[in-house]
Amino acid sequence: MRPEVASPHLLEADAVERTYRLGRDVEVHALRGVSFVVERGDYVAIVGSSGSGKSTLLNLLGALDRPTSGHVRYDGRDVREMDDAELAELRNTRIGFVFQSFHLLPRMTALDNVALPLVYRTGSPRERRRRAERALEAVGLSDRMDHRPTELSGGQQQRVAIARALVTEPALLLADEPTGNLDSTTGEDIMGLLETLQAEQGTALVVITHEAEIAARASRIIELRDGNVVSRAQPRGQVSASGGPRGDI
Amino acid sequence: MSVREAFRVAMQALVANRLRSVLTMLGVLIGVMSVVLLVAIGQGARSEITGAIEGLGSNLLFVLPGDGDFGSGPSRSRFVLDDVERIDRELPGAEPRVAGSSVGSEPLQVDGVRLNATVLAITASYPQVLSREIARGQQISESDIATSRRTAVLGAGTAEELFAGQDPIGRTVNLGGTQFRVGGVLARVGGGGSPFGPDQDRTVLVPITTGQRLFGTDRIDSIFVRASSTAGVDTDRVTVQRILGQRLGEEDFTVVSQDEIIGVVGDILQILTIVLGSIAGISLLVGGVGVSNIMLVSVSERTREIGLRKALGARTRDITTQFLLEAIVLTVVGGLIGLGLGIGFAQLVAAFAPVPAEVTTWSVVLALGVSTGVGLVFGVLPARRAGQLDPVEALRRD
Repeated sequence: MRPEVASPHLLEADAVERTYRLGRDVEVHALRGVSFVVERGDYVAIVGSSGSGKSTLLNLLGALDRPTSGHVRYDGRDVREMDDAELAELRNTRIGFVFQSFHLLPRMTALDNVALPLVYRTGSPRERRRRAERALEAVGLSDRMDHRPTELSGGQQQRVAIARALVTEPALLLADEPTGNLDSTTGEDIMGLLETLQAEQGTALVVITHEAEIAARASRIIELRDGNVVSRAQPRGQVSASGGPRGDI
Repeated sequence: MSVREAFRVAMQALVANRLRSVLTMLGVLIGVMSVVLLVAIGQGARSEITGAIEGLGSNLLFVLPGDGDFGSGPSRSRFVLDDVERIDRELPGAEPRVAGSSVGSEPLQVDGVRLNATVLAITASYPQVLSREIARGQQISESDIATSRRTAVLGAGTAEELFAGQDPIGRTVNLGGTQFRVGGVLARVGGGGSPFGPDQDRTVLVPITTGQRLFGTDRIDSIFVRASSTAGVDTDRVTVQRILGQRLGEEDFTVVSQDEIIGVVGDILQILTIVLGSIAGISLLVGGVGVSNIMLVSVSERTREIGLRKALGARTRDITTQFLLEAIVLTVVGGLIGLGLGIGFAQLVAAFAPVPAEVTTWSVVLALGVSTGVGLVFGVLPARRAGQLDPVEALRRD
């Protein structure tokens, strides 16, 4: 844990705007002032149709991009004030990404894929291997460690990707349409797995989705439309054991 | 990420794309191989030829017909035997220090064996001045010259070819239609022929007077002077110029020292070596451009991988290092294999070709240095491009 005096929030989006310039005179306002907070152990769904600004928001929350105006703060530190190396470190230590298309490296085994984020840290290869094995066990793939992605089913590939996201013990799991490329049964399994990890390890979970059923599983739903937050809801009140402290939303 | 880790990642990528890696490497490999091999051949020729000139002994002065301008073509000699004797009288010392020779080519025949021999008609001082040792029999003597005796001293190679192991001393050979008695056989010199003179082992020596009659001339082609010391070379040169100048014009003769010849020949061959090396260097450069090209393709093919690595915590520097190392590994490994092949071929050439090959340290250092440099220089552009990829864009790519 890093010292955090300025803000108790794990993640804070404060009047975030993101404008893209297309050509000389055309500006696209992907986000027009979005604000919300994510606390430790939170389970938040961000929903919206295509073009609502979900992807832009994901990139900003994942520290892959900087807002045009407004602030994205992790542990009270503004992403806009960080340089390339600090952003890389933030992504490496605090955030775990789960992508719709898995993004596994095809020529590496499951184990090497999972160990990949640890390569950008200090630590021996032996230590990396041990942690990657543990992460693969946690997602139930102990027997597939030496398989390459092409030798795994879609659900298994997404499990490898989840193992890769949690091998760094991040504070936040950022899942972008995690079930988008999976059939509904497998999607159900994957959501269950993410929720278990969130509940058991106290990791905050932010799921970005366009599916209402998936969103409904979260403790909070933030709905985007045309770059604005149009609603904040708590679908089922307290969900499972997640029960993190509720920020005022 | 540590450099060691980056190296591991780079190796993994290269192994995963074996065929492409090998083909890329080939450009650098051939470049380094050509540099090492061609420079070795040039260098070998240089030391062979300068060695052959040095083998004549030290502190020699060569008196050649003409004004010494190689561009004007061969000049007719105006030296006669009397010039040799006059120089000999003027130079101090008891040892014979001046020799003259006339060169011709005549058919040489014994029993059924016939060959074309380079015949050197020499003064008796020639073997001593030009360090030609006798192996068997006797050198040509003053009395042989005084009586124009038909005696011949064979080079080791000539003797071997004509008599195939039998003792040639006392045998009779037919040289240019005249019967000669073999009086001696010279010791083997080795080294073969060169553009600057005949193969010393394949000559036939005859007395100057006999030879001039055989060639139908009273001229002498070259005069050789051995100075007593390095310092004496210049005084002797002045003496020779003065004596010849009394009878001949300035344009009729040139006096050059052995060191000058070695210097000029060495310089010419050094330039030849550098030119050969530079031409090979161009192929190395082309190989480098190939590396750059392939690395750019590799970067664009692996855009998604780069985006993912950045999302997982790779810094710009980590990505740049990874791709730079890939380029360097390609060129260094290619360079090392090329070096091995270059040395191997150089030894093959040395073993089988008349031109020897000498692998020099500077060509090895240069080739490896340049190939690593090529990897670095031509790897920078693709590596920087990889490092600066926007992760958002990179991840979106399908």
